Amino acid sequence: MPASNRLKNQHLLWRAAFGPMAENAASLDTLSQKELWQLLVKTSDKKPERINVSQELIDLYFSGNDGMQRKDLTREQRKEIQEKSRESLKNLNLRWLETFINSEAQLREKMSLFWHGHFACRVNNSYFQQELLQVIRENSLGNFKDLLMLVSKSPAMLQFLNNQQNRKQHPNENFAREVMELFTMGRGNYSENDIKEAARAFTGWGFNPQGGFMFRRNQHDDGVKTVLGKSGNFSGEDIISLLTEQRQTALFISRKIYKYFVNENADEVKVAWLADRFYKSGYDIKKLMEDIFTSSWFYDEKNVGTRIKSPVELLCGIRRLLPMQLENDQSQLLFERALGQVLFFPPNVAGWPGGKSWIDSSSLMLRLRIPQILTANEMMDIRPKADDDVQMGQMMEAGIKRMKEAVKGGTATIEWASVNKIFEKIPREKLLETISATVLQTKGRTSTAVLDKYVNTENRENFIKSTVVNLMSTPEYQLC
Amino acid sequence: MLIKRKEFIQVGSLATASFMLPKFLKAFERPMMVPPGNKVVVVIQFSGGNDGLNTVIPVRNDIYYKERPGLGIAKEKALLLTDETGLNPALEAFKGFYDEGSLAILNSVGYPNPDRSHFRSMDIWHSASNSNEYVNTGWVGRYLDAQCKGCDKPTQAMEIDDVLSLALKGEQNKGLAFKDPKRLFNISNGNFIKDINTDHRNGEETIDYLYKTMSETLSSAEYIYKQSRVHPTDQSYPNTELGKDLKTIASLIFSDINTKVYYVSLGSFDTHVNQDNQQKRLFTELNDAVKAFATDLKKNNRFEDVLMMTFSEFGRRVSQNASGGTDHGTANNMFFVSGGLKEKGMLNAMPDLADLNEGDLKHKVDFKNVYATVLNKWLGSDDKQILGTQYEYLKFI
Repeated sequence: MPASNRLKNQHLLWRAAFGPMAENAASLDTLSQKELWQLLVKTSDKKPERINVSQELIDLYFSGNDGMQRKDLTREQRKEIQEKSRESLKNLNLRWLETFINSEAQLREKMSLFWHGHFACRVNNSYFQQELLQVIRENSLGNFKDLLMLVSKSPAMLQFLNNQQNRKQHPNENFAREVMELFTMGRGNYSENDIKEAARAFTGWGFNPQGGFMFRRNQHDDGVKTVLGKSGNFSGEDIISLLTEQRQTALFISRKIYKYFVNENADEVKVAWLADRFYKSGYDIKKLMEDIFTSSWFYDEKNVGTRIKSPVELLCGIRRLLPMQLENDQSQLLFERALGQVLFFPPNVAGWPGGKSWIDSSSLMLRLRIPQILTANEMMDIRPKADDDVQMGQMMEAGIKRMKEAVKGGTATIEWASVNKIFEKIPREKLLETISATVLQTKGRTSTAVLDKYVNTENRENFIKSTVVNLMSTPEYQLC
Repeated sequence: MLIKRKEFIQVGSLATASFMLPKFLKAFERPMMVPPGNKVVVVIQFSGGNDGLNTVIPVRNDIYYKERPGLGIAKEKALLLTDETGLNPALEAFKGFYDEGSLAILNSVGYPNPDRSHFRSMDIWHSASNSNEYVNTGWVGRYLDAQCKGCDKPTQAMEIDDVLSLALKGEQNKGLAFKDPKRLFNISNGNFIKDINTDHRNGEETIDYLYKTMSETLSSAEYIYKQSRVHPTDQSYPNTELGKDLKTIASLIFSDINTKVYYVSLGSFDTHVNQDNQQKRLFTELNDAVKAFATDLKKNNRFEDVLMMTFSEFGRRVSQNASGGTDHGTANNMFFVSGGLKEKGMLNAMPDLADLNEGDLKHKVDFKNVYATVLNKWLGSDDKQILGTQYEYLKFI
């Protein structure tokens, strides 16, 4: 059976955005994929508004005391800053999550989430995180070379990858290694010596306490370095340019994007085609995405409904189709934590591995219960692991406490009226089939016989409610 | 699970394991009884970086007292093991184990190029990788892969927790994590979930993977729950998290379950401030829970078969800080408690406080040697395949 127009549009919305939204889900039967793609591009045109949660921190840090160093602070001041930073990181997380759900710039935000994993960074300074996020969101559809340079020069990344400690006399290779291994070329395409030499070029790259990039000339090694067969008195900027001159970088990035947006099992012929065009375009990210999303193979059966949603995609997908008022958004953090994807806390420098690694028996059982927890006010009785990362540990402790209070009264109020509206023109006998085709992307589905057993037939409204929630509580719904 | 009013999905009655399994898996279902004498490992993780120097105390070391004028534990207070060493005063049961020959202490365990970040160092311990590698599977998970080739229930290793640790994630199989067998059973015992499981027909690879995980969970949940009721322990345990966890583990050990590795965590040992109270509280919880557990095992003649092993992602710095605590360090000690030890007491020398690396202890034993020893000598598995490298064995088991 050829994929229906609706299925194809939903496919595009799940991959290039955060899934179909209640208010326009009904229009997906008629729109063409090309029109929908153009709409996605157009709505992502504007420069994104900064998510600003951390201004106070910096104020506190420098109040009446320019250039104050962390070591000059008293213990109380330090504690206060840490507390504010923690609170800000939590807000940054929740505000960005809201953006995924409500922003019309869906493509931009989805790309940003991809880069957020690619340029994985875990520092407790919420101001640094906020600034890095803005760099990523502003450039997520722009030019990869610009994005790479800006990320590499961000205080968040320089701190996370220890480049502040990379000095002429005592080189620290961490930054150079990750830039080559994770950000550009991937393992096996350079030698250990290339890393050593590149690290020398990055000596002196650091940041000032105000959160700006700072080149400390006296710590920079300005001797001749040999990297990837080229020699010169390279600066850090030169190395970044040298890395993007390598076709391998275009290939590495294209493959990663293919695996994320199209299929975990990369089709090397398609990847090579994309990489070639990406390289020739001078690393234009929007063009690369257009090549993918306007191709016919993107809609091939093997690419539809076969990708495991990340926890964030799962949560946002539910909340886009079922608009809801959360009594307490702490529950969102707990879901992120228990399912293994807390924004701004990637597991390591390599980001979230994704795919099957999202799924184990505990995470799957919780995923299947989330629709119930949200809609039927079921008790959420899990307790995510204590985390010894001071920031996250305390963030979660506070979350659990508030969560316990919140669940007593239920976690969410769903605007079922807008959900009903999606299906208002559908006759009763077609209702189950249509709901299923709206909620699920998979080819195989739970049989009607089983669904019928659990549906509430009291009235049309309850029928829709129960069918949607049941379908969202299946393994099929974990895929998009 | 608190069963409230279910609007849409009704919680239903019991069903047998074979009913819950989809057809394509049924063929693999077979009894997996375990002979008595089944060797078991209980890993107790000290999360947060336990201060090893205040755990096993060098009571005659001047450097120790000089670097810790406020935090050092006086010789008179420590539970003396030898002339040179004493245990933290809260570890009275461990002193008992030492005296009866069922405790071994391995000092200076770590790895080259130590990382002082909690999450990174814990990853290194969990995945048994080098500090410059990123591996997405854990050592127990890979053990599980080796044990559970084509089996229908990955219960050979399990974690007593709500969320599964990296340590228990394998390439093909992932361990189960649960706090309470009954709750696990209730969650996986809904009619809807069982019906869709039965209804699933083999299709595309990813969806099959999800159904495989689900059906393994359902059959494991029932298996674990039933086993937990075969011989529930009558020993009294302290009413603490760890007490309850070890009680759950004891009941499972006394059953016929095929589980070889249990994993449990205690924390947080991240004692930057006010270390004394925090460590004392956690050690008291540890001490009382392990004491009850050991008594229980002895009563049931299983103490020889069970090896408890403790670790932490790193130790702490030798010098105390200005806040009555200690900061992140490197090498640390491990405890092994069992009635079946071949070497007892102090397995190696106490750390040399005169030979430090920028204020941190140097490691003398790689933790991967410990894993290799446990995997090979206690669990009889192919450690080289699981760890990717042949590490030399230690002799304590």
